Amino acid sequence: MIDETLVKNTVIELLKDSSTKLPLDVKNALEKAYEIEEGPAKAQLEAIIKNIKMAEESSTPLCQDTGVHIFFVKIGDVGNSKLEKKLPNIIIEGVREATRTIPLRPNAVHPLTRKNPGDNVGDYMPYVNFTPIDSDYIEITAMPKGAGSENMSKVAMLNPSDGLKGIKKFALDTVVSAGSKPCPPTIIGLGIGGSADISIKLAKMALLRPIDQRHPDPTIASLEKELFEAFNSLGIGVMGLGGKTTVLGVNAELGYCHTASLPVAINVQCWAGRKATARIYKDGRVEHLTYKR
Amino acid sequence: MDKILNLPLDEKTVRGLKIGETVYLNGIFFTARDEAHMHALEYAKEGKKIPYDFKGAAIYHCGPIMAKQNDKWRAVAAGPTTSTRMNSLEPEFIEKFKVSAIIGKGGMSKPTVDAMQKFGCVYLAITGGAAVLAAKGIKEVLGVEWYELGMPEALWVLVGEKFGPLTVAIDAHGNSLYADVEKEVERNIPKAKEILKI
Repeated sequence: MIDETLVKNTVIELLKDSSTKLPLDVKNALEKAYEIEEGPAKAQLEAIIKNIKMAEESSTPLCQDTGVHIFFVKIGDVGNSKLEKKLPNIIIEGVREATRTIPLRPNAVHPLTRKNPGDNVGDYMPYVNFTPIDSDYIEITAMPKGAGSENMSKVAMLNPSDGLKGIKKFALDTVVSAGSKPCPPTIIGLGIGGSADISIKLAKMALLRPIDQRHPDPTIASLEKELFEAFNSLGIGVMGLGGKTTVLGVNAELGYCHTASLPVAINVQCWAGRKATARIYKDGRVEHLTYKR
Repeated sequence: MDKILNLPLDEKTVRGLKIGETVYLNGIFFTARDEAHMHALEYAKEGKKIPYDFKGAAIYHCGPIMAKQNDKWRAVAAGPTTSTRMNSLEPEFIEKFKVSAIIGKGGMSKPTVDAMQKFGCVYLAITGGAAVLAAKGIKEVLGVEWYELGMPEALWVLVGEKFGPLTVAIDAHGNSLYADVEKEVERNIPKAKEILKI
């Protein structure tokens, strides 16, 4: 049966998987980039690919920036309402233990005093997004987010008349000004619509989708493809040292917005697009979706 | 044959490095990012001595994951952080402490490039995110200062053994690979706009 310890241990496993491995879609995109690049870009990609292998083999975090800890949790009916209420605390305890045992870098600090409690836990951190769903499992996604790429994220409140052109211009400006800083080749999450906060949430949620899967809406899918081509024509390249590969993928999500606004946001993800998802069923069965057992 | 440089570096060696060259480092070097930079500059302002002499040293923009076993620190993962965050601090840092190399990712802005030219310092790029590979080149962790700043922000004293590969991305003569790429990107923007029909 599902219980507190099982959920906590699963959280720790997800943190370990997400910090030491990369999803197949991202690895494939990096391999593909390696094939087409030459010169310094190829050498950088060689180091990246070699590093991924070393991290996987030694179960060591592939990047020292193991991020701040963001979770997406879908809560179904597992017949244990007491457990559901305890979920936020169970996840916090999981983060504490994983920080100590993996180990993860203690990144969470007070924004003003910069004091570091050393356990990646503080107000609103880890941050957990809960969504109720009609199912007999709890699905947890761990998405550690490093600061180098997160720092390049932007939101803009466009006028409705700016339309698709305005969105593309904003996206291009954001990628150009990010330049070498977010550890390119990056994955660009684009959030269109909602409100200011929802657009940036949509941009982050877009990063949950594999980069080889296009948006189901053909208009958004073609926007993703167009932006992908445009960004890769810029020549920023791997680590900003030039080349053909500036982005590995562009994923967009869309939400309805107020008739008087057009919010648009970009959440930048470095090449280490880390995440791991698992489902814990009512009967105690755990199904790992990103890294199958 | 791989070019290995021994730390600390002398001015002749530094001035002889060319952009695009690949090098490795042997010897003692230090991590310092936002907080350690500010801390060291405050020390200098107050006339206090910093714990180590940085003359000819390599400073690594890195907040590592360190693990302590039997009272001894070990580098678990130690890739670079984004150097541009130190843009406003680095020119003064180079001038005050006479460091000879900055290791990081993403490059640095013109005032730092100018300070590197003036005082004889280079920027060595290491692959961002490749933290296990980087840690492999750290033979030993000699110690840590200012640990109260937190693990990522503390000043770690490392011993490199063929630490790299590092690309000379800004030399001591005012040349920067990043500035070259930026110019190229400017030239490519019209093409990108054409693709986007904007």
